[in-house]
Amino acid sequence: MAYGDFVIQRDLSFSIRRGDIFIIMGGSGCGKSTLLRHLIGLKAPAKGRVLYDGSSYWESPVAEQERIKRGFGMSFQSGALWSSLTLAENVALPLGEYTDLGPGEIAEVVSLKLSLVGLAGFEGFYPAEISGGMQKRAALARAMALDPEILFFDEPSAGLDPISSRRLDDLILELRDSLGTTVVVVTHELASIFTIGNNSVFLDPETRTMLATGDPKTLRDTSPDPGVRRFLNRGDI
Amino acid sequence: MLEQLSLDFPSPDNLQLVLAGSWLLTGSAPSAAGIEEQLQVRGDVRKISFNGTAVTEWDTGLLTFLARIYRLAGEHNIDIDPGGLPDGARRMMALATAVPPKEDTGKQADEATMLARIGRVALAMWRAAPEMLHFLGEVALSLGRLVRGKAQFRRADLMLVIQDVGPQALPIVALISFLVGLIVAYMGAVQLAQFGAQIYIANLVGLGMTREMGALMTGIIMAGRTGAAFAAQLGTMQVNEEIDAFRTLGFNPIDFLVLPRMLALVLVMPAMVLYSDIVGITAGMFVSVTAFDISTFEYYQQTVRSMEWSHIWVGVIKGTVYGLLIAFAGCLRGMQCGRSAQAVGEATTSSVVTGILFIVIAASLLTILFQQLGI
Repeated sequence: MAYGDFVIQRDLSFSIRRGDIFIIMGGSGCGKSTLLRHLIGLKAPAKGRVLYDGSSYWESPVAEQERIKRGFGMSFQSGALWSSLTLAENVALPLGEYTDLGPGEIAEVVSLKLSLVGLAGFEGFYPAEISGGMQKRAALARAMALDPEILFFDEPSAGLDPISSRRLDDLILELRDSLGTTVVVVTHELASIFTIGNNSVFLDPETRTMLATGDPKTLRDTSPDPGVRRFLNRGDI
Repeated sequence: MLEQLSLDFPSPDNLQLVLAGSWLLTGSAPSAAGIEEQLQVRGDVRKISFNGTAVTEWDTGLLTFLARIYRLAGEHNIDIDPGGLPDGARRMMALATAVPPKEDTGKQADEATMLARIGRVALAMWRAAPEMLHFLGEVALSLGRLVRGKAQFRRADLMLVIQDVGPQALPIVALISFLVGLIVAYMGAVQLAQFGAQIYIANLVGLGMTREMGALMTGIIMAGRTGAAFAAQLGTMQVNEEIDAFRTLGFNPIDFLVLPRMLALVLVMPAMVLYSDIVGITAGMFVSVTAFDISTFEYYQQTVRSMEWSHIWVGVIKGTVYGLLIAFAGCLRGMQCGRSAQAVGEATTSSVVTGILFIVIAASLLTILFQQLGI
């Protein structure tokens, strides 16, 4: 991974299994969000491949890339809701574009998705009229609109109160358990990491490579690397 | 093959929905109308339960159907027993109903009559006037601080804006001025040629460019190019709370952001107007020499003879006033910007419209004023 000549991370190799809740973690500025951008097809890696079901995303033809991307749902760091649309319209846009549902059915799906993130009744609001935490949850509702196979989150719980953050964790677990959704989360919220994560990769800004991969709970206790253990134990080992 | 949905009554007051098969969003889900009918026919139903053992696959399709049933039950005051649903679906519905829908969100359908809407717009415009005056006052205070040497802004910012509105605007100003000079020369020449007075093209172009067109064209380019940029920059800063950050740290955002922009435009405009005049006159010469058989020297002589310093000053003064107004309109709209991407767009559009409106009003007033003064 690199911006121009500036290499952010090298020699990354890890795999995410279907149904995993996969955590991308590491200190600030280590390239977590950049890695996510590589995974969701926004930025091509300087070298190497990103494989989905064995097919290399960046070497596939555009039509194939579009097909793979249809299975993604992404919740951006600051929401990235379209500000000229109401919450309902934000969630309805992908539904209208990629399904054959009629307007009435779309409205029902939209209400359901919004109530899943605790925003029932806010259909007619514009993003600018609700708080930052609510924008985040609305963004999640939009990411879930099409029942994606893989959900990506960039810092989902930053800016949420503890209760909303807990509800979000529950929702992520539930999506995985009931719909079999694979979830990839960028976060450094330790509470979340241990509650939901069952697989992870740890990026290090100094050595510019990954230090560990695996279940975060195991890494916390038995990782051979002291840096990883310090991170997962909030600095005290 | 089982029906996707069938109704059952284990006891008279208990309606059981038996679900089977595939419940996908892409497939078809049965409507809740039949169930509503049943509820009305049998008014004594107190509870709805489910039997979902035969469901083979499901996604949001099932959940939307369930949401419909839940809503229906709510309307009829009927209890829901989610026990028989597939595990995941039961837990998802529990999450969906955990936070009650927000009532009284203060959003109601806006159904005003035509007259009421016109009234509202008029009132909004009326209210915008004091806002503009307020901004004008703040800018005046800020200018006062500048004169006393107390205004805080970074010299580098001023230089950056000057570079942006001056040197980088030269190509487009040159192009437009050249074309306008060309048009004035051609239009005039066709008329003047009828009585053999082509040489007066020089007077026409010289006077037209210096007194009016040079300033006006530069002003309009600046309104579209620089005024819009100011509004977009300040609007985006408003969205990112950067302007609030200035305020909390004790910087006056007017001093820091608006002042350098206004100064830059006021300083640069005179030079730009002169530049535009020269390019326009050159275009007139080009037309005269190529199409109307006037020599370069003759044209030059005639221009110098017809030109007075006052013409040039009038144009430069007008241009400077336009520059002030454009910067004012751009910064005003930028500072008034709301907190969304759309608001930035509106601010930008509005800054150009306001800027050009100001220019045209100022142009009329100044032209009349200079006529009356006999300059």
